[in-house]
Amino acid sequence: MADINKINDNTYEVPIGYRPGMRVPGRIFVSAALREMVEPGTVDQVANVATLPGIVKYSMAMPDAHLGYGFPIGGVAAFREDGGVISPGGVGFDINCGVRLLRSDLEAKSVQPLINTLINALFEAVPSGLGATGRLHATDKQLTEAFISGSKWAVEEGYGFEADLTHCEENGHMPGADPAQVSVRARKRGRPQLGTLGSGNHFLEIQRVEEIFDEEVAKKFGLFKGQITVMIHCGSRGAGHQICTDHLEVLSKAVKKYNIDIPDKQLACAPLGSPEADSYFGGMVCAANYAWANRHIIAHWTREVFNRYFPDANLDLVYDVAHNVAKIEEHDVDGKRERLYVHRKGATRAFGPSRSEVPEAYRKVGQPVLIPGSMGTPSYVLCGNDRALSVTFGSACHGAGRVMSRSQAIRSFTGKDVQAALNREGIVVRATSPNMLAEEAPQVYKPSGDVVDVVHNLGIATKVAKLVPLGVSKG
Amino acid sequence: MSSARNNNEMIPFEYLEHTADVKFRAFGHSPEEMLANAASALFKAMVDPATIQAKESWKVELEDEDLETLAYRWLSEIVFLFETESAVFSTFTVLLKENGTWKLQGEIGGERIDLERHAFENEVKAVTMHQFQVKKNDHWCLQAILDV
Repeated sequence: MADINKINDNTYEVPIGYRPGMRVPGRIFVSAALREMVEPGTVDQVANVATLPGIVKYSMAMPDAHLGYGFPIGGVAAFREDGGVISPGGVGFDINCGVRLLRSDLEAKSVQPLINTLINALFEAVPSGLGATGRLHATDKQLTEAFISGSKWAVEEGYGFEADLTHCEENGHMPGADPAQVSVRARKRGRPQLGTLGSGNHFLEIQRVEEIFDEEVAKKFGLFKGQITVMIHCGSRGAGHQICTDHLEVLSKAVKKYNIDIPDKQLACAPLGSPEADSYFGGMVCAANYAWANRHIIAHWTREVFNRYFPDANLDLVYDVAHNVAKIEEHDVDGKRERLYVHRKGATRAFGPSRSEVPEAYRKVGQPVLIPGSMGTPSYVLCGNDRALSVTFGSACHGAGRVMSRSQAIRSFTGKDVQAALNREGIVVRATSPNMLAEEAPQVYKPSGDVVDVVHNLGIATKVAKLVPLGVSKG
Repeated sequence: MSSARNNNEMIPFEYLEHTADVKFRAFGHSPEEMLANAASALFKAMVDPATIQAKESWKVELEDEDLETLAYRWLSEIVFLFETESAVFSTFTVLLKENGTWKLQGEIGGERIDLERHAFENEVKAVTMHQFQVKKNDHWCLQAILDV
């Protein structure tokens, strides 16, 4: 990482001039130890984003930053409504990939003996893996409803509860969906997959609350030591992937039409307010809502499985966060309130108490920020702080961040060994493919605790609870 | 993106290290061969082609003003077909015509997914445009990064 200036212990600056055309500096939020793991290509990607028109303040990378396409993974950038752009490179293919956390009223000691059974039942109940299609068999009309109303539609169909909605970012349905911007091809991919987990790093995990860092906030979030929680990590499946692919083609023509000089084709974009930008935004929101519906349905099936073995158990929704999305938000920029298009690509919104977007139940403390670990490492619940607004446009990291390529992982580990190692630690794993397990071995990720510590030390979000995996169902 | 190999040594494709995704370069003496090899590289990242029998065939027709965009669309089409047809592919034949615009006729051989026989290494979600390139030096060369 040459030519990078250290600003403080957890902040490094990529100066204007690191590459030609930068409009603002880059900011990479990492500790000295994590800085060593940031590939030069990631810094280049931070610098590339800084060249886009209308970018405000900084092109940022969260502590879990690693090499992506277009934006780095962990990339955050905000663009002025007037003069700025929107880019699928700042959202990714898996639009509204996100995390949902359910809290149970069960203690680990009563659930532990049934972990194997529960994981097997969840593996059966929630279709996952390659080529998986849903139990849902959604009609075209239902698909349109999911695009428009997300989790709200799912509740109307009998999945989950009305009360769940206020505990989702955007109440589980973001305004601005335009199903006319979703191609027949995207519908064809998305329709059979509604209600599926997918593969790769997506998972459904039974966890135990191992440690509480902040009793008062934990109480607000309904978390206590020894409690069983369930974390669901998935996104918009083929619908989102195809919506991104389709619009990327349109936007790569738009950059020529509007004479925008981009350093990377994946940063294809269009000026906000242009037909191409409106079209992408309308399609992207459809995918985001599809993802919320998807997580809502999966949560419902998870509740059903738990109630099969624990009929009186309640699994309430703590929160549901998006970590691949572009949103219209108001922020203070140099003392002036502005409407910005905030892109978070592998980054989580981390709003503090001052924001009206934070649900009533959490308004006094800030929103829950959910940071999944890898299969063998802890996940964390943090609480958004108002300080994040001035530092990162109210954003934090989204996970641990990869350090080893998938092919290297497959060369280094076998799925069987990974499974055996996890079993030795008392973690039960079910997966459709052994190779997928090798790819997602705990060693391929940065230590999740280190990443979370940077967020905590910067004061953008505060640690609330540490959750350790007991059982994982993977694609 | 140099390919120092001479005609006799040309390999069909190679994978390059990438932290989060799959990066490859595919080569060809002609753009047709390059596109067919790129499709093989894409699919081999998902499933071992030795386990796939070309029992069925699918036809693809595409047209674009620009060869690079056409190549992107060709690879994206294969991802689309994989998902919507629940099929895996092992043979790819490409015919190209240029007459003001590029016209592609592709034939893809494969079979429906059978999880007993087809062991997946990755699920390719999409073809990214990040560092996507089609170039002709000694050979035709296509570079792509797949989102997995």
